[in-house]
Amino acid sequence: MARPLVSAPARVARGESFEVKALIAHPMETGYRPGENGTMLARDIVRRLVCRFAGDLVFDMTLSPAIAANPYVAFRVRAMRAGALELEWTGDNGFAAAHRVEIAVG
Amino acid sequence: MTALPSRRAALAGALSLAVLPMAARATPETMRAAIAELAAGRVPRDGRVRIDIQPLVDNGNTVPMRVWVEGPADIRAIHVFNERNPQPHVLSLAFGPAAAEPSLATRIRLADTQTVVALAEAEDGTLWRASVEVIVTIAACVEGLV
Amino acid sequence: MKRLGAFVLAAACAGAAPAQTVDGPRRSGFADMGPALQAIQKDDLANPAMLSVALGETLWAERAGAAAKSCADCHGDAASMRGVATRYPAVDPRTGAVATLDARIAGCRTEYQQVPPPPPESPARLALLAFVSRQSRGLPISPAAGPGMDEAAAAGERLWRTRFGQLDLACAECHDARAGAKLAGITIPQAHPTGYPLYRSEWQAVGSLERRIRNCMTGIRAEPFAFGAREHTALETWLMRRASGMEWEAPAVRP
Repeated sequence: MARPLVSAPARVARGESFEVKALIAHPMETGYRPGENGTMLARDIVRRLVCRFAGDLVFDMTLSPAIAANPYVAFRVRAMRAGALELEWTGDNGFAAAHRVEIAVG
Repeated sequence: MTALPSRRAALAGALSLAVLPMAARATPETMRAAIAELAAGRVPRDGRVRIDIQPLVDNGNTVPMRVWVEGPADIRAIHVFNERNPQPHVLSLAFGPAAAEPSLATRIRLADTQTVVALAEAEDGTLWRASVEVIVTIAACVEGLV
Repeated sequence: MKRLGAFVLAAACAGAAPAQTVDGPRRSGFADMGPALQAIQKDDLANPAMLSVALGETLWAERAGAAAKSCADCHGDAASMRGVATRYPAVDPRTGAVATLDARIAGCRTEYQQVPPPPPESPARLALLAFVSRQSRGLPISPAAGPGMDEAAAAGERLWRTRFGQLDLACAECHDARAGAKLAGITIPQAHPTGYPLYRSEWQAVGSLERRIRNCMTGIRAEPFAFGAREHTALETWLMRRASGMEWEAPAVRP
């Protein structure tokens, strides 16, 4: 269920930038919401998303409960050389998901 | 970049401490305090950082937001805060060498009509600041867990 | 109210012409949303309902049950489902009764895959529905004809006009007579089913038309119909006739 949907071009010209959109299924339970019988549902969120390209950091994002459910991000990556675009999500209750796709550059 | 891990740790620490009781909410004061903690004595300057959020929101659960920074390529981080959610943090972003530009689009939650503030941190430590006012309409029908 | 005569006549034409009940042209709830949510719906890479469609695609190919069959084994690939969602509710040939698409899928799972269907509104159930519904995107709503269909539509229309709940409101009061007006800052939509199942911001999840109708009923302080109740089938039959010819958007996004 945690399989992310990530879009990126298969090939980019060297030195150009490309857009990545990433969507992952996660309830991002805030910890402020009452469940049945009025008891608070425990916080359960994605806490961190790290994106690397060809081994270099693109960004390291810290998420809070203020990020909407099914977190979505769109951003641009600079392609200086070919390599793997890697995204890693980690969160509460041992949540972990990753996605990796090779981008050809030239 | 060496200062970054401690800053992220500070933010993570602040997030874990900010477990407020249900009745409590962030206030302009809480947001100011959170920003002051990040600023650590620096005075943010207005400008360079931009926030794009629709001024009138259908439903505060899914609010698209884009933050970006104009000017020279010297930005190492962006932090976003809010004034009326249960806690004041929205996100923190540290940029690395493969980032094409200091920007990100995402979707956030806004619990009420409020101000959203973004701070951008330059390599030399300068903080840049911008804010937007957002009106959040509340859905009419109250639903249970049906 | 003043168009009473016109749509009774239209409804008598066996669903060939749309049952016009609203004043003026019909309008999807898409048009009543702000541009930010419209942009999310139009972008399959940003629409959170596409996560449900992706799960549905996996389930479509997955062999299940005592028969060890997948949907694909009988139906082939997704393209075979094009034009299906825009016809439903329709007569299920196995039972002879009018059934929603969700009920039809659940019935298939029981009979041909020999596995209990996922519970109503569960992620797997919604995923299959979203995946099948997605294949008809862009097509006009074309309700099926058949034995029992007119009766189901008429029953649905009666429900549409019946006052329910402590607030004593009928669907028609808001969605016909006052569509386009404001209720607590929100524009009242005409309530066409063009986008279901859809991702609703309020739910932070994908949900079915039945869930949305149950929410509305709770909102007017009425006892909601149970999932799978024949009232839902009747209402859905009526709503699809009322929306006949409108463009199918599933899976949509709504506030």
